[in-house]
Amino acid sequence: MEFEAVIGLEVHAELLTESKIFCSCTTEFGGEPNTHCCPVCLGLPGTLPVLNKKAVEYAIRAGLALNCNIARFSKMDRKNYFYPDLPKAYQISQYDLPLCRDGYVEIETEDGIKKIGIIRVHLEEDAGKLIHEENGGSSLVDYNRTGVPLIEIVSYPDMRTPEEARLYLTKLKSILEYTEVSDCKMQEGSLRVDTNISVRPVGSDTFGTKVELKNLNSFRAVYKALEYEFKRQAEAIKNGEEITQETRRWDENKGITISMRSKEEAHDYRYFPEPDIVPIVVGDEWIEEIRSNIPELPHQKKERFIKDLGLPAYDAGVITADKALSDFFEKCVELYDNPKTISNWVMGEILRGMKEAEIEASSLPISPEQLVMLQKMVDAGTISISIGKKVFDTMLKTGKNPNDIVEEEGLAQISDEGSLRSTVLKVIENNPKSVEDFLGGKEKAMGFLIGQVMKETKGKANPQMINEIMKEELSKLSKN
Amino acid sequence: MEIDRQTVDYVAKLARLYLDDKAMEDLREDLSQIVGYVTKLQELDTEDVEQTAHVLPLKNAFREDMVRQSMDRDRVLSNTDYKKDGFFEVPKVFD
Repeated sequence: MEFEAVIGLEVHAELLTESKIFCSCTTEFGGEPNTHCCPVCLGLPGTLPVLNKKAVEYAIRAGLALNCNIARFSKMDRKNYFYPDLPKAYQISQYDLPLCRDGYVEIETEDGIKKIGIIRVHLEEDAGKLIHEENGGSSLVDYNRTGVPLIEIVSYPDMRTPEEARLYLTKLKSILEYTEVSDCKMQEGSLRVDTNISVRPVGSDTFGTKVELKNLNSFRAVYKALEYEFKRQAEAIKNGEEITQETRRWDENKGITISMRSKEEAHDYRYFPEPDIVPIVVGDEWIEEIRSNIPELPHQKKERFIKDLGLPAYDAGVITADKALSDFFEKCVELYDNPKTISNWVMGEILRGMKEAEIEASSLPISPEQLVMLQKMVDAGTISISIGKKVFDTMLKTGKNPNDIVEEEGLAQISDEGSLRSTVLKVIENNPKSVEDFLGGKEKAMGFLIGQVMKETKGKANPQMINEIMKEELSKLSKN
Repeated sequence: MEIDRQTVDYVAKLARLYLDDKAMEDLREDLSQIVGYVTKLQELDTEDVEQTAHVLPLKNAFREDMVRQSMDRDRVLSNTDYKKDGFFEVPKVFD
C-alpha cells in the first residue's frame, strides 16, 4: 500500500513593533534578564493593559499579504493556564473572532503552483523564557519576552510531503520579512514552528490520527522530523498498529521523534472574552490604508527583476526568495549598472560562500560597496576574474576591502609586456613537445602553453596580453 | 441545578485549589445555587441578540507604539524571595 502524509503547520512570528503589545517596555531581543519589564507585563494586580495599535496593524498587514479576509469585528480572549513563564496565569490571545481568516500561500512544487490554505491569523502575547538549570532542582525565569506581540498563523492540513511543508515555510517567512511584519529569526525565537502530521493510504479522503511535533528549531529540523514521522507512522500502519494521538519531541542529535508522554489530561483553557481589552473594529478605510503601506512582495519583486533588470527567471526567483539577499543585490545594482554581472556574483560566489560558512544573507561580512569595488577592479584589468574570485573568498573570511587584499597579497594583474614576454619564452623553451604539437597543427596545444604561463605567474598574467604575445612568439617559430 | 462533586473537583484542579472534603462539599452546594440562579437566563430568547464581546460600549482603545523606561530590576524582583542571578527562581519544570 502507498501512503501519503497530511501535514498542517502552526507558525508563531514575533511582530516588529518597538514596544510590547500591552505596555511600553521594549521588545528588543536579549538584554539582562528581567530588565524589560513593568507592572503590566509582569501581571501585577491592578494594572491595565492597553493594546498597541501597531501590533494590530502588523497582524492585519500579514493577513492581507496572506490573502486573508480581515475581520470587521474582532476581540481578544483570555486563555487560562498555569506555567511559570506566564506571570498572569493567563495569556491574552484570540479565540473565536481572530483578526484574519481564510487566506492562502502559493508554493511552487515540481508539479506546478499549489495553494496552501490558511485557516486563521490571530494576535496574542508571547510568554517569558525559562532556563532549566543543568544541576539543581530549579528553573530560572526571564520575563523580558513576556508581552512581545505575536501572530499565530494556522494552515489547513494541505501539505502532502515534508518538501511541501518546507516550501510553505520558506514562502511564509519571505512574505513576513518582505512585509516587515517580523524579522523571522529562528535563532532568536522570533519565528517558531509546530507541525502536525497524519498518514493515510494514497487516494483516501479521510484523515488518520494526527501527531503533533515540537522542538523544531530550524526549517531543516521541520523537514527531517516530518520525514522521520511519515516513515514511522506508515510503518506502524503497515504492521497493523494504532497511531496514538500525542505530542512528540524532535531529538535533533538522534534524528528521531520521542513521545512526550505528557499526562493524558485534556487542556481546558476556559477561554472567555478579555474584560481588560475592548473590541477591535476595523473599517474599510483603515484596511485600505494598511494595504497601501505594504512593501513590494517577493513575487512582485521577482517580476520586476525579470522585466526591468533583465534577469533570467531562475536567478530572479532565487534572489527574491531571500529578502536580505535581494536587498544586497539591489544595493549593488544601484552602484553598478549591470544587473546580470551582479547576479552572477550573487548566484555563484555569494550563495556558495553563504552555504560553506553557514551564514544568512543578513550577516554577510561583505558589503554591496565592497562587491562592486571588486567587480570594478576586474573591469579595470587590475585583476582577472579568476583572481577576483580568490579575492572574494578572502573578503568573505576577513571582511577586508578588495584593494587591500590585492595589495597585501600581491595579486595585481601583470600587464608589463617585458616581464610577460620573458615568461612566455621560458614556457616555450620548457615545453618543446607542446610547441611541436602546435606547429604541427594542434591548435589546442596553445591553451596548454597559456595555462603554463598562468601557472608561472600564479594566475596574475593579463590574459589578453599573454594570448597576443604567445601567438606572436609561436608564429615567429613557425616561420623559422 | 445540581453540580456534582466530580465537576467541583475538576474546577478546583484547574484552579490549583487544594481544599478539604468539607470545603469542597460546601462549594458544591454554593456552586449549585449560583449556577442554578444564573441558569434562569437560559429561559430568555436570545435568537436575535448579538453576542456580547465587552460590557462597555467602547472599541479600539489603543496606545501608540512608543518605548518607555522599564522598571529597575531590583524592584521587579522585590516581591519574591526566590531569585538567582537576576532571574526568578521556580521549582524545576519540564517541557
